[in-house]
Parts: sequence; C-alpha cells; structure tokens
Amino acid sequence: MDRFQTESENNARRGAMSEPKKTVVSARDLCLTFETNDGPVNALSNVNLEVQKGDFVSFIGPSGCGKTTFLRVIADLEKNTAGSITVNGMTPDQARKARAYGYVFQAAALYPWRTIEKNIALPLEIMGYSDAEKKKRIAETLELVNLSGFGKKFPWQLSGGMQQRASIARALAFDADLLLMDEPFGALDEIVRDHLNEQLLKLWARTEKTICFVTHSIPEAVYLSTRIVVMSPRPGRVTDIIDSTLPRERPLDIRETPEFLEIAHRVREGLRAGHSYDE
Amino acid sequence: MEKPGIWKDKILPVLTVILAILVIWHVFVVILNAPFERDQAARAGTVITFSEIVPKTFVQERPVLPAPHQIVAELWDTTFNKAITSKRSLVYHAWVTLSATLLGFVIGTALGILLAIGIVHNRAIDRSLMPWVIASQTIPIIAIAPMVIVVLNSIGISGLLPKALISTYLSFFPVVVGMVKGLRSPDTLYLDLMHTYNASQSQTFWKLRWPASMPFLFTSLKVAIAISLVGAIVGELPTGAVAGLGARLLSGSYYGQTTQIWAALFMAAALAAVLVSIVGVAHSMVLKRMGVKP
Repeated sequence: MDRFQTESENNARRGAMSEPKKTVVSARDLCLTFETNDGPVNALSNVNLEVQKGDFVSFIGPSGCGKTTFLRVIADLEKNTAGSITVNGMTPDQARKARAYGYVFQAAALYPWRTIEKNIALPLEIMGYSDAEKKKRIAETLELVNLSGFGKKFPWQLSGGMQQRASIARALAFDADLLLMDEPFGALDEIVRDHLNEQLLKLWARTEKTICFVTHSIPEAVYLSTRIVVMSPRPGRVTDIIDSTLPRERPLDIRETPEFLEIAHRVREGLRAGHSYDE
Repeated sequence: MEKPGIWKDKILPVLTVILAILVIWHVFVVILNAPFERDQAARAGTVITFSEIVPKTFVQERPVLPAPHQIVAELWDTTFNKAITSKRSLVYHAWVTLSATLLGFVIGTALGILLAIGIVHNRAIDRSLMPWVIASQTIPIIAIAPMVIVVLNSIGISGLLPKALISTYLSFFPVVVGMVKGLRSPDTLYLDLMHTYNASQSQTFWKLRWPASMPFLFTSLKVAIAISLVGAIVGELPTGAVAGLGARLLSGSYYGQTTQIWAALFMAAALAAVLVSIVGVAHSMVLKRMGVKP
C-alpha cells in the first residue's frame, strides 16, 4: 500500500535536511502469533513499516493492538513468527547485541538499591565504559533530563515523573541512536505528562535520536510525532500511517491549532475504522 | 495524640509478659515440688501444713521445677565464679557449642547459597535436587545425628566438625529456600532491561539477582543461625559428648540436676537471642547501605 510509504513527501517536507534518509527499522509482512491455552492469538498480522533515521514515530491503538509487542520485537524481547524485520540493517538479535537501542518501560524500573547515578551507570558498567567516561555521561544525561543534583538520591526519594526521567537518562547514557519508549508517561498525571512531553521533544531535537513511542493518548501521539502509526486489535495490525504536518518546533499551545486538531481527527478516524471503539 | 515512648511501646509490654510468666512459674513451683515435701513429712511421721510446705518448695536441692532465683543463682555461679577453662563453667560449655554452631552456620550458609544459585540457573538441578533438599528436612535430626557422629568418628573425624555438620544439615535448608525465592524475585521488567543491554548471565547475577535477594538472605539467616544452635546442641546429646550445652543438659538429667538443666537452657536461649540479633543488626546495616526507605 503506497499510502504507508510516504517517504517522498516526508523528505520534501523536511527539505532542509540534505543527507539521504537511513532506514532504522524496516518490517515486512511481520506476523507474531502467541500460542496460548485458548489457542493461537494473532498479536501482529502483516505489519509493514519503515522508520527513518531521526523520525519520531508513535504507535497508537487500544490495548491488544500489538503496539507494545511490535516494540518488543524491535528490541528482541519477542520473536516474530513470520515475515522479516531489520534494525539498523541487522536482525533484532544482532542489533540488541550491538546495543543499538535504549528501551524505556512503562514503569521506571530503576533498581531500588542503586542511586540515580548508579542506575544510569548500570548499562555503562555492563558495556564496559571507563570510570571517567561513566562520570562524564552520567553528568551529561542527568543534565539532559533536568535531574542534575539528584544523582545521589535513591529512586524512592524522587517523584514518579522524576523517576521516569531518570529511566530515560539511563536509556540515553550509551551510544544508541534508537530510543524505544513503551508508554513511558502512561502512569503519570496529565500535568506532569505535558511537561515531560515538552521536555522529550527538546531532548529529541538535541540528541537527534530516532524514537519509537507507544502510547494510547491521541494528543500525546499528535503532539510528539513526525509519524503516527494507528493500530487496531484482533488481529493486531496497522490501519493507518499519518505523516504529521506540524513543524518540528512545537510549543504546547500548538495543540489548540486547527492543524493539530485535524491530525488528531484523522487518528481518531483511523482508530474508528479499525473498529477499536466497538466492544 | 500521645507521643510513643520507649517505655510504653517496648519495655512495658515485655515486662508485663515476664511478670505473668514469673507468677505462673511460682505457682507451679509450689504445685510440682509439694508432693516431695509431703512424702518427706509422711516418712518422718509428722504432719506438715500448706504454709510450711510453700517456703520449702523454693529451696529444694533437686526440685522438679526449680524456682527462678535458684536458676539465676546457678547461672551466676557457673558463669562468673568458675574459671572459663573449667568444665564446671557454663561459659566454657557455651563456647564449645557456639564454635560448632558458628562453623555449621558458615558451612550451611555457603552450601545453601551455592545450591540456590545452581537451582535458579539450571533446570536439571532444580528438578533433581529440590525434592531432596525438602526431603532432607523431613528426617528427624535426632535420628540422623548419632549416625553422622558415629560414621565420621569411624573415619577418624571427631570433635568440632561432626557437630558442625549437624548444624549445617539444619541450617542450609532455610538458606536454600530463601535464596531460591530471592534470586528469582526480580521483576520481568528488570530482567528484560538486562536483556536489552545484552548483559551476560554473571552480570545479571551480580548486578540484579544478588542484590535483589539480600532481604530474603537475611531473613533466612536469622532462622538458620537459631537452628544451627539447635543442631549443635542436638549433636551433643546422643554421643556422650563431654562438653557443650547439650552435654550439660544430658548430665543434668542423668544426675537429676534440674537446676543445671534449666541454667543450660537459659544459656542456650540467651545465646540464640544474641546470635539472632547480631544477624538482625547486619541485616539493617546492609539494607541501609542499599538505600532502603527507612
């Protein structure tokens, strides 16, 4: 389906960027079937998707649509049962071993016995960075997520939003160009969420990472993304891919503009088309 | 609201219970020791009134149930008035038992941790060993203790080690069970995170499973140290050991020295309390270092 590959439009829109786009994630007819006691469940069915370098791609859909599963396939936390997927041109397994991505879970998943800076140091320790390098990167990433001065605190001493920022810092600490985020702000209240969304966009602009972001909030998806992948359940599939027409610079009040509302409307239509509002 | 005080919250409840126990104890001293006095009176052909019996029940040479003050006197005498190298010294006997307890506890803990690591990382070990670990604890220790001592003695191992091995036999179990649970306690989320970093099995162990298991380890250790002491005492009972709290209990019962038995029991209880609280202190120190919310 041509509608799904709108790269030419995409590139035209971002004409300022001269270098040719590199494909980070490429899925072809990707299927994943879970064998359960109640018979096979089609978590993903024929998903075709390309994520280009520098993209901010959101996956939106109701629960059971396979958005998290797709992210987990990219991360090699689940294996696809049919079709193919490459991450940086490699299999997910190779990409994981090459430490191609950082993963942010819905819960902060900070180790409670480690201070914030020790938590950020965790991937660096595992990947064998030198002490000096560790120190430098901890300071850098803490600054990036506005947590400078909190390095010596233990996770329980921080609020939920701060913990999630620390977990983002941990995913940013090593050199992975791809950031996979699985509903990272899902458990936070609206006000904190708005604030973190704004910060995340700034961080994305500064680091030039490619971000795959799972959410079930329409405003969040529209506000953050350059592309929005609308998914629907039973079987989990892609029903629409929307290229955002919003500029890269996005103040929070862009959410009041007609352009924003139009994209949000299309996302909602896409969700409805997938019968996501049934049941 | 009233401010919680150490007196009201800690000391008063404990004192109340101690007081209740002492009252009940004294009542039973009279009840249990009175028949002897009546016998004596009957034999002498005299009549003895209840008010005459009561004071006598508290000062018998070999009472059925010694009065608390007799036990305290015995404890004091055998603890402070004897040279600690003397076989009449309770401190000497306590040390003999304590050394076996500690050796057994250390071996048991090491064995328990190693078994738990094997069980958590290897399915075959889990399937084949875990049932035996559980079965081992269904055998009464009092039955197996003499055999251990005799068998080891026949191959020339005697003294501290056989007793320590009985402590080990008892103490490894809570450590295995606790550590298997502890090492398996990390959330899938934490394990997934390690997977995304492509962490090796040993990195996952040292950076995740081991620290996550610490609260479980210390809870197990508290149980293990207490039953190590039981194991050491039991190890002394059936073997005619000449030294140790178990030997003290045994010789006390041979010669009808009830006061000596009770003194040894109290010494064992005090020892257990001290050992458990040392583990408790270590527990809170480790948790504090690990940043646990106070």
